[in-house]
Amino acid sequence: MSAVLPAKSLADRLTTLFWRKPKLLLALLITPPLLWLGVIYLGSLAALLLQSFYSIDEFSGMVVPEFTLKTYAELLRPQNYDIILRTLIMSATVTLGSVILAFPIAYYAARYAKGRWKAVFYLGIMLPLWSSYLVKVYAWKLILAKEGILTWAATQTHTNFLLDAALALPGIGGNSLSTSYIGMFLVFTYVWLPFMILPMQASLERVPTSMLEASQDLGATRAQTFRTVIIPLALPGIIAGSIFTFSLTMGDYIIPQIVGNSANFIGMAVYQLQGTAGNTPLAAAFAVIPIVIMLIYLSLAKRAGAFDAL
Amino acid sequence: MRSDQAPLSLKIAAIGGLLFLHLPILLIFLYAFTTEERTYAFPPPGLTLHWFSVAWNRPDIWEALALSVKVATAATALAMVLGTLISAAMAQARFFGREQISLLIILPIALPGVITGMSLRSAFGLMDIPFSTLTIILGHATFCIVIVYNNAVARFRRLSGGVLEASADLGANAFQTFRYILLPNLGTALLAGGMLAFALSFDEVIVTTFTAGQQSTLPIWMLEELIRPRQRPVTNVVAMVVFAATFFPILLAYYLTRNGSETAGSGK
Repeated sequence: MSAVLPAKSLADRLTTLFWRKPKLLLALLITPPLLWLGVIYLGSLAALLLQSFYSIDEFSGMVVPEFTLKTYAELLRPQNYDIILRTLIMSATVTLGSVILAFPIAYYAARYAKGRWKAVFYLGIMLPLWSSYLVKVYAWKLILAKEGILTWAATQTHTNFLLDAALALPGIGGNSLSTSYIGMFLVFTYVWLPFMILPMQASLERVPTSMLEASQDLGATRAQTFRTVIIPLALPGIIAGSIFTFSLTMGDYIIPQIVGNSANFIGMAVYQLQGTAGNTPLAAAFAVIPIVIMLIYLSLAKRAGAFDAL
Repeated sequence: MRSDQAPLSLKIAAIGGLLFLHLPILLIFLYAFTTEERTYAFPPPGLTLHWFSVAWNRPDIWEALALSVKVATAATALAMVLGTLISAAMAQARFFGREQISLLIILPIALPGVITGMSLRSAFGLMDIPFSTLTIILGHATFCIVIVYNNAVARFRRLSGGVLEASADLGANAFQTFRYILLPNLGTALLAGGMLAFALSFDEVIVTTFTAGQQSTLPIWMLEELIRPRQRPVTNVVAMVVFAATFFPILLAYYLTRNGSETAGSGK
């Protein structure tokens, strides 16, 4: 008896080949995306690094494509050094502010929200996270404007003196909220807050209730439980969130441009140097700073176990 | 039991935090109707629908919108193909360099946008590539891959290898298995990933300013208005449109995946 098998199609033969050589299938799957990321993304990063070792001819304004460390030395000039310091202080303050604001939301969502409230909290955090960055910044421009809703609310509640006192603070105050560091801090914190809540919530969800009960049974007050049980267990999530808030603040150049007293930040320096100033090497050197800081930050975070919380 | 009840202060702080996240966005909606043209005065002196018709008749807005849709569609399509391929590879096998590849995938979104933008710009500069719609798409697709990847790889993990083997045992070839088994199972995850990628690309502004040259996408148009305001209420209307264009895909992505263990969106 001869079994009548249909002629093997190309698809069948390929299937056999994939079965015999699974590595071939893997290579076929992974090559196009790897080429894309490897060539376009890593290639671009390499180009950036390369440019940062070039310098600019002071007379002609042309880029001199020769290896030099001159451009990096320029970063240490007082005005450039100030930009770096200012950016780092702002990033750290925003991170701290986000931790404080995020904690109650994350804790409530992780431990108490049930059923429908769980969904409300989930969407309530997710929608601001994904909704348009620029629209959010714009909304704050409306809020912080001198004639805006905050001033109005202060007048209505007769708390103008608080607002004025805040604006009179030396260094961080200003003419109005939208031209002060306080305003910039508020906008940054608002925009990056969801990035802090999510990892924090994830790590808080893994804190076993039994441990909280044990702590209570052993006579700890709420504050003690919070300090000695909840915070240490939530720390990896907090660090994971801080990676985002720190990195995003450090690289942002839109918010300092729209809100604040036009003091320069790393992101703005990069944008202006490569654009109007045409000094691509210095812009590239500036862009390398966040990369180096983030690499150090990430390796420290990894040691603290923050990646398990992501 | 006492520990099941949230302390009132915590409840107030949590709900206050949620309101803090949402009220500013609602304000945009109010301002789109204001009659005040020059300032951001609150409360608005009057309400009008006038600005919607003004915005409707502005050709520059339509141009920017068309470009944004074009870029987001192309970038999403590219990211869906590349993201699916790489998630299939990452889900099915352990191989040398796997950790490094997963780092490479998240890098475009882990590093600040200004670095991605600046890198692409210096690469285009070194290679003398002129800025065009294509360079915008190139940049957007790069950071959209990770979004599709995140959604697809989670679904792949949940999918048991047994169904694929069963399909092969029943005589299906690799392509039939892909068409009839894999695709229906991955469908909603891919769609959700695509929605989120579209939303992300549609409102991306930081990388775009470095790769766009003279063209403006809708967010770039908005950014220019923010820095040098011309007609503030028109900007409010555009802000509303941008918000809606990202809001609905996100909501849809949530509903597509909410029954799974991996709800879309947690990995921006």
